[in-house]
Amino acid sequence: MEMRLEVNGTAHRLDLPERTLLVHALRDQLRLTGTHIGCDTSQCGACTVHLDGVAVKSCTMLAVQAEGRRITTIEGLAKDGALHPMQLAFHIHHGLQCGYCTPGMIMAGLDIVRRHPRPDLGTIRAELEGNLCRCTGYHNIIRAIAAGAEAMAAAATGERPGEGQGQ
Amino acid sequence: MNAPPAPPLRKFGTAVPRLEDRRFLMGAGNYVDDQLFPGQTWAAFVRSPHGHAAIRSIDTRAARAAPGVIAVLTGADFASLPPMPCGWMIHSRDGEPMRVGERRVVATQRVRYVGEPVAVVIAESRDAARDAADLVEVDWDELPAVADVAAAAADGAPELHANAPGNLAFDWELGDSAAVEAAMARSAHCVTLTLRNNRLVPNAIEPRAINARWDPVEEKLDIRMTHQNPIGMRMFYAAVYGLAAEHRLRIVSPDVGGGFGSKAHNYPEEVAVAFAAKLVGRPVKWTAERTEAFLTDAHGRDHLSTATLALDPDGRFLALRVDTLAAMGAYLSSTGSLIPTYMYATMLSGQYAIPAIHCRTRAIYTNTAPVDAYRGAGRPEAAYLVERMVGLAARRLAIDEAEIRRRNLIRHFPYRTPVEWVYDSGNYEAGLDQALALADWAGFPARKAEAAARGRLRGIGMSAYVEACGIGPSAILARLGAGAGMWDSAEVRVHPAGTVEVLSGAHSHGQGHATAIAQLVADRFGIPMEQVSVIQGDTDRIQAGTGTYGSRASVGMSATARACDRIIEKAKRIAGHLLAVPAETVDFADGLFASAATNATLSFGELAFAAHAASGFPTDEIEPGLVAQSFFDPPNFTFPSGVHVAEIEIDPETGQTEVVGFAAADDFGVLANPMIVEGQVMGGVAQGLGQALLETCVYDPETAQLMTASFMDYAMPRADSFPELRLGFGCTPSPSNPLGMKGCGEAGAIGAPAAVINAVCHALDIDHIDMPATAERVWEILEARRREQG
Repeated sequence: MEMRLEVNGTAHRLDLPERTLLVHALRDQLRLTGTHIGCDTSQCGACTVHLDGVAVKSCTMLAVQAEGRRITTIEGLAKDGALHPMQLAFHIHHGLQCGYCTPGMIMAGLDIVRRHPRPDLGTIRAELEGNLCRCTGYHNIIRAIAAGAEAMAAAATGERPGEGQGQ
Repeated sequence: MNAPPAPPLRKFGTAVPRLEDRRFLMGAGNYVDDQLFPGQTWAAFVRSPHGHAAIRSIDTRAARAAPGVIAVLTGADFASLPPMPCGWMIHSRDGEPMRVGERRVVATQRVRYVGEPVAVVIAESRDAARDAADLVEVDWDELPAVADVAAAAADGAPELHANAPGNLAFDWELGDSAAVEAAMARSAHCVTLTLRNNRLVPNAIEPRAINARWDPVEEKLDIRMTHQNPIGMRMFYAAVYGLAAEHRLRIVSPDVGGGFGSKAHNYPEEVAVAFAAKLVGRPVKWTAERTEAFLTDAHGRDHLSTATLALDPDGRFLALRVDTLAAMGAYLSSTGSLIPTYMYATMLSGQYAIPAIHCRTRAIYTNTAPVDAYRGAGRPEAAYLVERMVGLAARRLAIDEAEIRRRNLIRHFPYRTPVEWVYDSGNYEAGLDQALALADWAGFPARKAEAAARGRLRGIGMSAYVEACGIGPSAILARLGAGAGMWDSAEVRVHPAGTVEVLSGAHSHGQGHATAIAQLVADRFGIPMEQVSVIQGDTDRIQAGTGTYGSRASVGMSATARACDRIIEKAKRIAGHLLAVPAETVDFADGLFASAATNATLSFGELAFAAHAASGFPTDEIEPGLVAQSFFDPPNFTFPSGVHVAEIEIDPETGQTEVVGFAAADDFGVLANPMIVEGQVMGGVAQGLGQALLETCVYDPETAQLMTASFMDYAMPRADSFPELRLGFGCTPSPSNPLGMKGCGEAGAIGAPAAVINAVCHALDIDHIDMPATAERVWEILEARRREQG
C-alpha cells in the first residue's frame, strides 16, 4: 500500500506491504540504518525513534501507523555536521562501546529530558529501563544523559540547542 | 629543518575520548545488517522444535512453490561439507582423544537441540523467506531428551551420540591427586561445597549476521559477517570447508555490535549462508532474530562442581580438590573443550599459594545449545568456585574474609602454580588493601546496624581473582591441544606526508582499538592521534591476525609497538644520511630526529617524505618507503588480578537483594586508556552482577525446551539494576609483553559473582546459595527459617 512518511523533515512516499514495521521502512526503504533492531519484542530499545517528539520503539508499530506524523531518527539530530549536545555528551562521558544500542539510548535520553528537563541520576536510571546495553553497565550512559540534559538546558537559555556544541 | 616544536602531550595512558565514536553517535555505524548487495536475497532457517528427534522426512514442496522463493535447501544439499570442527583437542585421563559428536552444518538425520537448523529458505525478501520457512514440513520422531548436566551424566540417561556412551565427551584431569590426598589427610579442617555455575546467554545487542556473495567471474567469495576474528574465519572457510581458496575469500567484519566471546566461534548458520550464496549465485543475507540468538548462540558456563578445600589450624590452604561436570551442549563448539579444561582448572590456584590442587572435569553432552567462551570463559567458573570456597572457609573457621585471604596470598613472582601456569607479576596484598579502603570494609558493622534498624539484612562479600589474558604463547598452546597459533600481527604504514595507517590483526567489537592503538602510535612517532588511522576486520587489507577475545588486545598492540620501533630504526638510518651524521648518533624523540653531531633536525613528516622521495640516501643500502610488520607471539600469558567487594541489602519480606555498594580494585598492568578501561570494568561487572542476581538460562528438564528465549524471559541487567561502582587500579607491569599491559575486558565478569554471593551468604548467615540469588530463592530460605522459628 502507498503511504507518506515525514522523516527528519523530509516527506517520503512509499509503497510497502501493509504489515511492514516502521523500523523496516526506515532501514530497508529509506536506508536510515542508524535505527537498529536488537530484539524484535520491544524489550531492548535499539530501535527507538521519535514520533511527534515522543520516543517510540519502531519495531512495535506498523509503518502505516506513522503516516502523517513527524518521525525523527538518530540521523536527524546533528545539524550541519555538528553533534547535538546529547550526542556530544555520550562522546565525552564514554557512554558507548560497540555503538549498537547507542542510537536508541540517545533517542530515549532525549525523551527523558523532554519529560524531566534536569533529571537526577536516579530518575535517569528508572526512566531508562526500556533500553538494554550489554557493553557499558549503563553507568556512563546515565552520566552522559545527565550531562546532555545540562548542556541542553544551558543552550536553551542562551543559544539554540546544539549551537557551538559540535566538534 | 625548523626549530623544534613543543613536544606533544603523551596520549598513551591518558583518558582520551574515542576516535571512533562519531559515526556511532550519528547513526552512521556500519553493521552487517545495514548493508545490501545488488541482487540481494535473504535466508531464513527452519529449526528443530524438539530437543532431541530423528528426522523421518522433510517436505519442501509447498515452500518451494511459495512466492519469491529461490531455493529451499536441506541437509542433503550440504552433504559435501565436512562436519563442524572443534579446534582444541583434549585427551581423557586414560589417554583417549575426546569423543566428538558429529555436527552437520544442516542436520540430516537427527537433531539434538531446540533450534538446530534442518533447512534454509532463500527468497527475494526477508518476509518471503520467513513465510516459506513456515511451509517446510518435517516429519519428526521425537526422542527422549536431557538438558541438565547431572541428569545427562547419570546412568540410563538418553544418549546424544553413539560414539559418546554416557554422554561423556572426555574425562580429563589436571594436578596431583595423590598430593591432594596426602595434604587432606594431615589437614585440620576441610570444607566441602557443591555449587552450580549457572548457564548464561551472551546477548550482544547486535545479533549474529552474515551477507555473502559469490563472484563467478573472479571466482571469489565475498562475505560480510559480524565476528571477532574474521581472519581466523577465512582460514576455517578455506581450509575446512573449501568454500574458496584463502586468496579468493574476503571476510569483512565491519562494526561489530558486541561479542563477549559469542562472535568468536564458527557457527553452522554462517557456513550454510556462505555455501548457499555460491549455490544460488546471488548474494544471501541472514540476520538472527533475538530468539534465534537465544536458541543458537553458544552459551556460557553451566558447571556443576563439588570442591573440598583443606586448611591447617591457622586457616592456611593446604589443598583443593575439584570435581566438575561441564555441560557441553549438543555438540563441541569451536573451543568448547578448552573452556572447562585449560581455561578453568589452570586458574584454580586463584591468588593463593595452595601447595596441591587437583581438578577432574567430565564434559557432558546435553540437549541444549552448545557451550563455548563467554566473557571470562572458564576463568569466571574457577574464580567463583575458589572464592566461594574461601568464603565458606572463613565462615566455618570464623576468620574475617579479608584476613583469611591475606594469610594465603602469593607474594613472590614469577609464581608457578600446581596447575600449569606461571603467574607473571602482581601485588595481591596491595590490591586487597585498596579494595578494603574503597569499600570501607572496616565501616561495615555500623552500616549493618543501620540497615537492621530499617528492617533490612545487610551483607558484605569479597572476591579475589587472577585471570590469564594475552593468549597466548603459541608453543604452550600447541602442547595443550590448540589447533592454531595465537600470536597477533600489525602492519604500520607511514604515508609520504607523515600520516599513518595501522593494519591491525586485533579486531574491536566495542573495545575502542582505533583509539588505543592510535594513542600508542601517536606517542611512538610524536604525531597527533588524528594522523593515525586503524584498519581492522577486512581480510583483503589485513592478511594476518587472530582477532580479539580473551582480553588479548595487548598482543596486537605489542605487535604494533614493535612495528613502530622497526620503522623508527629504519628512519634513523635514513636520517643519518640526510643529516650527514653517523646513523648511530641519531636520536628520535617527540617527533624529531636529531643528532648531537649537528644542530639540524628532521621532523617525522619530513623524514616520511624523504623516505618516499628516495633521494639523499643510498637506496641500494636502505630501501625506500616506511612500512613495517610485526608478528608478536608472547612468551607467557599475562595475569591480571583484582579484589572486588559487594555490599548488599535484602528485604526480608520479599527476598529482593539490592546491591548497595560495589568496589573493584584491579591490576591490569599498564593502562592504555583509563577511560576505556573503566568502561570495560563497568560492563564486565554488570555481566557478573547479572549472573549473580538476575540471569539464568533455563531449559525444561523433561523436554529440553528453552524456557528463556527472549528478553521477556531472560533477566538482563538494566539501568536501574545496580548502583555506581567505586573503581581503583594498581599497576604491576606485565613482563610478558613490551607494553606491560595485562588485559581488562573480562575482569568484572570474573570477579563480581563470588563477591555478591559471598555477601548474600553473609547477610543470610548461610553456607551457600546458588546463582542467581533471585528474590524467590532468598525468600524461600527466609521463609523456611521463619517456619522453623515458629
